Amino acid sequence: MRAFDIEQIRADFPILHQQINGQPLVYLDNAASSQKPLQVIEAVDHYYRTDNANVHRGVHRLSQRATDAFEASRSTVRDYLNASSDREIVFVRGATEAINLVAQSFVRPMIVEGDEILISHLEHHANIVPWQMLCEQTGAQLKVIPMTDTGELDLTQIDELLNSRTKILSIGHVSNALGTVNPVKMLTEKARAKGIPVLIDGAQAVPHLQVDVQALDCDFYVFSGHKLFAPTGIGVLYGRQQLLEAMPPYQGGGDMILSVSFSGTIYNELPYKFEAGTPHIAGAIGLAAAIDYIQQFGMEVLAAHEHHLLDLATAKLQAMDGVRIIGTAKEKASVLSFMIDGVHPHDVGTIFDQQGVAIRTGHHCAQPVMEYFDIPATARASFAFYNSEQEVDALVAAIKKTQELFG
Amino acid sequence: MSDLRDLYQQVIMDHNKNPRNFREIEDANHFAHGNNPLCGDKLVVYVKLDGNVITDVSFKGSGCAISMASASLMTESLKGKTLEEADAIYEQVHKTMTGETADRHLLGKLEVLSGVKEFPARVKCATLSWHTVHAAVDSDHDISVSTE
Repeated sequence: MRAFDIEQIRADFPILHQQINGQPLVYLDNAASSQKPLQVIEAVDHYYRTDNANVHRGVHRLSQRATDAFEASRSTVRDYLNASSDREIVFVRGATEAINLVAQSFVRPMIVEGDEILISHLEHHANIVPWQMLCEQTGAQLKVIPMTDTGELDLTQIDELLNSRTKILSIGHVSNALGTVNPVKMLTEKARAKGIPVLIDGAQAVPHLQVDVQALDCDFYVFSGHKLFAPTGIGVLYGRQQLLEAMPPYQGGGDMILSVSFSGTIYNELPYKFEAGTPHIAGAIGLAAAIDYIQQFGMEVLAAHEHHLLDLATAKLQAMDGVRIIGTAKEKASVLSFMIDGVHPHDVGTIFDQQGVAIRTGHHCAQPVMEYFDIPATARASFAFYNSEQEVDALVAAIKKTQELFG
Repeated sequence: MSDLRDLYQQVIMDHNKNPRNFREIEDANHFAHGNNPLCGDKLVVYVKLDGNVITDVSFKGSGCAISMASASLMTESLKGKTLEEADAIYEQVHKTMTGETADRHLLGKLEVLSGVKEFPARVKCATLSWHTVHAAVDSDHDISVSTE
């Protein structure tokens, strides 16, 4: 194990060492996308310099090396999620594609008019729109677990919401807009006790929590690599093997077949059945390198530092006049959404940028959450383990500067 | 920080805090909805057109300081103008916001909007009300425009 040393960790992330508008970059937009350590950049670089070829095809050496590296990456992901088999790890473009895949290949064949799909008010658009599309296609109904003023799930009606018409519960593990950690284990237990399959959208959770899909006992778990310090364009669908086996393919093409003739095609085995076309090989290798990077320290150690920053920033913002924190759930990860009185979040974003502080401003692809609080947008700072206490101070200074300018 | 002061000039801050012509026009014969979904700016522009002359123009809505101030300044500058004059003014506004040389005489007070040229991500905030007024006078019914 490598000891946690914030300076050494920051040295691993070359992008952090630059000036923006004459100020040191303070990157607090990790919930949108995270930065990549040298170890990931070098793994991708090494692949393209020495091993690049198509996978599962050639008998030549490069193709074998590319295949070995790609499949080793799958094993790394399987191990990280504690899935029981590599067959349960499907490489996709990201969490969005994974949810669309489950909606179309798993739920669509078994859902009819009058059936229900259950999500929550806290979801990212990626866990709303694919289900709305499915409802339009089938006449099913989208049901929503409501939320509370603190940004937590309101579970008072959960036993009625999970009923015999519910064909899937699809729920975010951590809210991207507010940082709320949802009680997914309890919800999964409740749903599965009624025979309702469960998908957990882990896009915002995997960078901050150690995830064990067997302990969660969920049927599907999805995440995106780019939020986990890996390249964009690679993501993971974990699916329970017996469910994946029964599902029809999502896309047709090469690699997902065993044999093709004009009279019919035999599909490949898992997980290749769901990986039509040449995959993002370098992305998968980069993802494995990112997981290896995290495991040098252990996720618990990284999460503890990050949580300390979130607590520190929360306390500092709470003490400021004219600053309101949106989302005050008891259990949160990484995200601090806030409003500055009298200043539109979009102006906040521009003023922060002038001070080198990168935050997200907008609806965070969670417009229903914004509607709940009757606000058009929030300013959102989101932390990663490479952020420092000094950067929390920079956030506070940027808020003060904004208040001065608009004072 | 000089760039920030260029963007958030006193005139902008004033029009954001106290937007002019921030009201409905009950007998407006043209209006349109403007929407910038990325940052959540939303406004409605009302126009009373008498022949070729904009006899009254107003707006309502909410958004960032740049979109609110630009809309407020727009209503002030277009009131009493013919459609041709309004087009000529918008042409200059667009030029000044994208860094081209503009006719300062035609721009007048609108020159404060030139600050956005250093902030490309904010140009759409400043142009929202102008696109919306354009849509309003071009149409006989309510229409929606988006700057995304």
